[in-house]
Parts: sequence; structure tokens; C-alpha cells
Amino acid sequence: MYLLIAGGGKVGSNLARALIRDGHEVTLIEQRPGRFDQLEAELEHQVHRGDATEIFVLERAGIKRPPDVVVAVTGDDEDNIVICQLARDGYGVETTIARVNDPRNQPYFDLLGISPTVSATASIMGLIEHEVPEHGLIHLLELGKENLEIVEIMVDREAACAGKAIREVELPEGARVISVGRNGKAEAPDASMQLEPGDSVLVILEPGKEDELRKILVRQP
Amino acid sequence: MKVLVIGCGRVGSAVSLQLRAAGWEVSVIDEREDALGRLGDDWTGEFHVGQGIDISLLKRAGMADADAVVVTTDGDNSNIVIGQMAAKSFGVRSVIVRILDPARAEFYRSRGLNVVCPTQSAIETLTNAVRAVEGALA
Repeated sequence: MYLLIAGGGKVGSNLARALIRDGHEVTLIEQRPGRFDQLEAELEHQVHRGDATEIFVLERAGIKRPPDVVVAVTGDDEDNIVICQLARDGYGVETTIARVNDPRNQPYFDLLGISPTVSATASIMGLIEHEVPEHGLIHLLELGKENLEIVEIMVDREAACAGKAIREVELPEGARVISVGRNGKAEAPDASMQLEPGDSVLVILEPGKEDELRKILVRQP
Repeated sequence: MKVLVIGCGRVGSAVSLQLRAAGWEVSVIDEREDALGRLGDDWTGEFHVGQGIDISLLKRAGMADADAVVVTTDGDNSNIVIGQMAAKSFGVRSVIVRILDPARAEFYRSRGLNVVCPTQSAIETLTNAVRAVEGALA
């Protein structure tokens, strides 16, 4: 694959090293002169100097080919958004991956359809939520292109669905139970399997239908 | 009529003063408190200190009921991103975005953003000024 990485900080440079090691073709763009010199000593022609939000810099780095993937991991969220918009809408790059530095800027990425995004804060929050033994709903995975997400939710003792077979539970439209975890074991359930309080259920559904799901699996009847 | 001006440098402050004088309700955002000085001692509009990208600040400053938004911070990419938020999420009817880089200005203009590019205007003005003397020199 051919990948263009914007931003040669810790994330960008280590990504570049790992991808090159795996035999991929990589171009890294770094703006800061001192950092560029360091990277050039190591990566030679695979690193270009410049502002990756400038169209001529992107073109010099090979955006017209176009790359299979553009990764925008600079320390500036506005820059990452603009790089992805230029790549996707200007050059037909099919996959763009953007880093979110400040989670408060996530709505900008979502509004402009910049997906997938990676945020250290959001990842750590996800891990913490996973450890909290409350009857909440945890986002495990977002499939942006498919407009689907996978969530984990624990069946509440007094939920309307407790004791019912999966086929009798009125899930939100389009939602499916893909796994039921009980006593430390998870299995792919069939429609006749009964849900028990304390079951940890994985559901695939459209984003935005979490509240509906919560009412069914968590709230009291 | 209400306008929100984001970025109170030379351009943003002058636009704010002119619109205020023309009777607009003007709300101004800048990350530096001393930018208020550009608006003069008897500024009668609103002034908010903070980052223009901060959505809660945009709401506090009145983006939701603004008739127009002028985005003119010193960062092209910030302006591009804030302008798109104003138009697409807040539904502001008239959003004007300053972009200094002519290439990005052209790209976002072609995608429907109302872009003002002072650099492009300067290029055209300067070129035309030189071309105007062609005849005299010939």
C-alpha cells in the first residue's frame, strides 16, 4: 500500500517506521525544521518538509497518485480536518484517518464526515468505562462507513427483557444481538436463547439508537 | 440584524466597527483580551475572550441566532473549520470566511463556502496595476 502521513511527531514517525518495516510505501510530511532534519537523517527521501495543509506540499508528496490511505496526525485538529478534506474531496483518497488532539473538537470531525478518528482521551475513557461495573452502555467499535456501531450493555435485574428469549425482545430497528456473555464465557446466541440479569450483551446497531436500547435492556419495566 | 465576528485583528476589528456604525448588533470573539483595544474605548457591542473553535463559546457569543458570521482569525485552517461549523451545524445563512492561501481559498470556494481571499485580491490588483502602465511604456 501507499500511505501518506501528515505530522512527524511521535505518532506519525512511529507509524511511518512500522509501515515501512511491513513493506509499505510511505511518505511522511513534517513542517518543523529541526524535527524534519532528525527524520530526514533516518528516513531520507521518505520524509518531505512542509505544511501538509498547503496543496502544493501535498502534491509534491504524491497526493495525486492518490495514496491508498492518508493519515493526519499533526498536533493541530483544524489542520488534520483540512488535510483529510483536501485528500478526500480534492484527490479522491478513499481512506483518511485523523487524530483528534482535543476531544472537544470531535463534533467538527463528525460534522464534516472525517472518519475514522483516533483520540487518546476517548480510548482511555473507553477502557475505564469497560472497567466500571455499572449497568451502563459501552461503545466498543464504530464502523463509520457502514453507519453501525457495536456496544456492550449489561442486562439489568429488573429490565423488561430479563427472562425473555431474544426473539421476544423488541430491539430497536436494525439492531442485532451478536454475543451474550455469562459467567465469564461469551457465545453467539440463537433467537431462542433467554437473556438473564447480569448478562453482558454485545449489540450491533445504528448510532443514535442507544437510548432505545437502554430502555429495553436496562430500565425497569 | 446580528453578526458574529470571530478574530479581532486589523480586519475583524474594522469590520466590527463598520457594521456596528451601520446599526448591526455585533458580537466579537478573540483569543487575546487586549484585542478589545482595537474596538476603541466606547465599544457598544459584545466582546468574548476565547478560542474561536470552542463550540460552547460560539454558542455563548450568539452563533445560533446570528444572521451573519465573519470568520477572520489569523489561522486559515481554523477559519475553514469554524466557517463550515457555522454554515452546516448552526445553519447561519451568511457565513463569510477569510482564507489567505489562494489555493485553499479556491478549493473551499468550489465547495460552496463564501470565501474572501485578500491575497488573491492583492495579486490581481498588483498585476493589473503593472499591466496598466504597459501602454504608457510601449
